[in-house]
Amino acid sequence: MIHTSLSIVGGGPAGLCAAIEASKRGVDSILFERFDQLGGQLVKQTHKFFGSQRQYAGTRGFDIASKLERELHESNQCQTKLNTTVVGMYPNHVLTVSGPEGYQKIQSEAIIVASGASERYLVFENNDLPGIYGAGAVQTLMNQYGVLPGKRVVMVGSGNIGLIVSYQLLQAGVDVACVIDAAPKIGGYLVHASKLRRRGVPIQTSRTILRAEGKSQVERVITIGLDQAWRPIPGTEETLECDLLCLAVGLSPLTQLLSMGGASMRQIQELGGVVAVEGNEGQTTLEGIYVAGDAAGIEEASSAMVEGRIAGIRAAMQLGHGLPDDNHTLQQLEEELQGLRRGPFGAKTRIGLDKLREEKHA
Amino acid sequence: MGLSNESALCYDGNCESGENMRIEEHPILTFEVKKEIPFTFDGKAVVGREGDTIASALHALGILALSNSIRQHRHRGLYCAIGNCGSCHMTVNHVANVRTCMTKLEAGMIVESQPGKGRIL
Repeated sequence: MIHTSLSIVGGGPAGLCAAIEASKRGVDSILFERFDQLGGQLVKQTHKFFGSQRQYAGTRGFDIASKLERELHESNQCQTKLNTTVVGMYPNHVLTVSGPEGYQKIQSEAIIVASGASERYLVFENNDLPGIYGAGAVQTLMNQYGVLPGKRVVMVGSGNIGLIVSYQLLQAGVDVACVIDAAPKIGGYLVHASKLRRRGVPIQTSRTILRAEGKSQVERVITIGLDQAWRPIPGTEETLECDLLCLAVGLSPLTQLLSMGGASMRQIQELGGVVAVEGNEGQTTLEGIYVAGDAAGIEEASSAMVEGRIAGIRAAMQLGHGLPDDNHTLQQLEEELQGLRRGPFGAKTRIGLDKLREEKHA
Repeated sequence: MGLSNESALCYDGNCESGENMRIEEHPILTFEVKKEIPFTFDGKAVVGREGDTIASALHALGILALSNSIRQHRHRGLYCAIGNCGSCHMTVNHVANVRTCMTKLEAGMIVESQPGKGRIL
């Protein structure tokens, strides 16, 4: 059994920020990352971030990842274990991990779960044909490995991810046939939608995928228009030739570890799925176990970074490593988080969090 | 579509490096041409690039079908590419159910499609 003060699950924006804050306060920690590099999904974000300067607005995602990594390595308090997947959570803060050093058990005084999210799927005929990829997979192939995910794509989903990835596909030289969305309105920011429209990419709302066709991989898709009650309208089918169908239909929190650990969980649709009920002092209902980032409920990377910092500071305080003005710092970070959730695009998160808080008091 | 034909050719082993699927020019990112990494896919000698995962190397070769569904034996490709979904499981160096989207390509790797759940013993 390996012992450490703090274990951090996941080296994405939330986990990195948590590790940075805990390290600054002198907490010994181990950060587990299943991939061979830190940064999580930031490493494939080629676009510049929005928001305030504090969340690196104007900086491209992959540059944020390197900045955070440098910041973490400035202190020697945090040990990072790459290629290491956390596979279990047991009583007494014991995690089991599988990696290059084999299968190991780690006991710590506190755990921060920043395990991120998984991509949702969509139900339609032949949805398992090769060439039907999640938006994250498309980004991984083209922005991380420099491999074209296809030559001509149909994008499903006009939320920010669908719009941004469509633009990234254009930048990589992929022909974007169209973006469709079952909702009657474009889901993402207008600025992203306009960039696509200027490049001549049609965005069709109230339209969904009826089926995909192809022998051993996707060769075409058939889309269909939807009425106001989201029912397919016969006769509105359109056939689009493509070798890539990209699904950008949302994410679900990866919270299996917390369920296994016995944290109280609830299904909250607005937060993307099953999430942990909040306990005292920012913990889950399990003492000393915190959650941050998409695993706490689907939001943007900017919020994940703030949540990570909050969890890192809270864990440090619990371990007796708090700084004199930490209560003030926490208050500032909470305000930042509220700022990020303001406006129409934060409405879902606000409703979801309200529901979660009701669970806490119930 | 022209591409599916090209992919079919690649799949038959007539295309060796799949360079047509490598991004050469990009307004933001730079991709250097990296060292070739030889490996085998279903017994055929093929080539990926340094830094590739097994799945990205296969995709660049036009090989999209990675696993097979257990009951219907349908082709399955990548879905999440970050180790969540299990749609890219293949047999690598005789070990079944390797997440090829997460596993870095190494010279001489023996990569094989696996029927169903793969052979464990």
